[in-house]
Amino acid sequence: MLTQAFSEAFSLIASANPDLYEILWLSVKVSLTALLSASILALPLGTILAISEFKGKRAIVTFFTAMMGLPPVVVGLFVYLMLSRSGPLGVLELLYTPAAMIIAQCILIVPIVTSLTHQIIEELNREYRDLFFSLRIDTGRAIFAYLWDARFSLLTTVLAGFGRAISEVGAVMIVGGNINHLTRIMTTAIALETSKGNLALALALGIVLLMIALVVNALVMIVKTFAMDKGYA
Amino acid sequence: MPDTPLIEITNLCLRVNNTDLLDSISMSSKDCGVTMVMGPNGAGKSLLLKCLHGLIKPTFGSVKVSGEYVLGPSTNQAMVFQTPVLLRRNVFANLKFAAPPGTNAVTINNALSTAHLADKKDLPARLLSGGEQQRLALVRALLRKPKLLVLDEPTASLDPASIQIIEGLIQDFTEHGGKTIFVSHDIGQAKRLGSDIIFLHKGRVVEHSDAARFFINPKSKEAKAYLNGQLIV
Ligand SMILES: Nc1ncnc2c1ncn2[C@@H]1O[C@H](COP(=O)(O)OP(=O)(O)O)[C@@H](O)[C@H]1O
Ligand SMILES: [Mg+2]
Repeated sequence: MLTQAFSEAFSLIASANPDLYEILWLSVKVSLTALLSASILALPLGTILAISEFKGKRAIVTFFTAMMGLPPVVVGLFVYLMLSRSGPLGVLELLYTPAAMIIAQCILIVPIVTSLTHQIIEELNREYRDLFFSLRIDTGRAIFAYLWDARFSLLTTVLAGFGRAISEVGAVMIVGGNINHLTRIMTTAIALETSKGNLALALALGIVLLMIALVVNALVMIVKTFAMDKGYA
Repeated sequence: MPDTPLIEITNLCLRVNNTDLLDSISMSSKDCGVTMVMGPNGAGKSLLLKCLHGLIKPTFGSVKVSGEYVLGPSTNQAMVFQTPVLLRRNVFANLKFAAPPGTNAVTINNALSTAHLADKKDLPARLLSGGEQQRLALVRALLRKPKLLVLDEPTASLDPASIQIIEGLIQDFTEHGGKTIFVSHDIGQAKRLGSDIIFLHKGRVVEHSDAARFFINPKSKEAKAYLNGQLIV
């Protein structure tokens, strides 16, 4: 039975099964959008936290670090409560749409990218601080310079965020609802198809998800090695 | 017109955790030539330079350059740090980043030639050798066209060729009206470059003499011992 499921799974992938590719495409779209929005917020935020001094900064950094370990299901529940008909953002009617899933994934990634960015830039700041002060670099230019000079470390951070987003199941299940052709993505589809006994599709999706995870991790390694070779690490 | 000194330090103290790292330093220096700062490790040479450059705020006392109080780094000074700080970019981009706005590529390329780095311009700066890194840091400072150049052991542990290039750049700078403050442990170098010597010991200026006089007949017993290669306690 297992071998049969595997061979069916591979033929689904090889024959470019439309259901499978629809699900894959939506997954990638949702997670990339979440990653992009999260990065636009978290990269500058992490940098500002790393290079500025103000009261309460430690507390904010600790908050984001603690949020890295948020249970996805709880995030899902929180976003559900916000977006549900009677919730504060109910009028937007976003529940059970891809937008809701993007919001949930975004909330999951922002603390990761913020926290890791803070760590990376704080270390760089120890090295650059006196130079930037001496050169009278203003804050705006410093932020861009830090982001640029940490580009390779930050890229690996962002890739890690993408890995977390695309492999997450609990939060998107709650706020997306796993609706066929609308909010069904790889992880929720795998959960559903497995429970239905449709092992071939579940396996095919599982293999694709695994490949994505492997590619992301391989990219992280390649980027790291390249940066080391160039003295940019 | 009275000859106002370029640098005027009055009763400067730097106290950290109840210890005076710099203790009642008063000195003035005329607006040309190379003033060498000498003294054993831990004497406070780097701290004095950072106060002069405006990177560290003294606990008491004042620093004036060109008759103005130093409250932070200004455009009439440039500093090279004891360990060169180079951006994670190529050699050319390192200069471009620090150069005054509007500096063109020709000027930057000329600066690179003066440091014998023209053929390295596209290399990642952090892959350069120690000597090349210090030369790059020095031309980066010179590119800012300072009146006062503050150098913290720029030739420590460099090969003779790099030392010669660096000394040539400094001589050229002073011949064109620039003033240099230079920390060095190299007595030969101090004799070659220095017009006057400040000798620091345990955070105090124990001697400030003309170079000719300092090396023949130092006034303080600390300087005598230092020049004789003895450990001073
Ligand atoms: N931020 C600091 N806090 C406490 N002590 C410091 C600090 N920076 C330097 N020191 C101490 O001040 C002394 C002088 O340091 P420094 O100016 O770097 O010496 P040097 O003459 O070798 O350049 C050293 O004993 C050093 O340990
Ligand atoms: Mg020092």
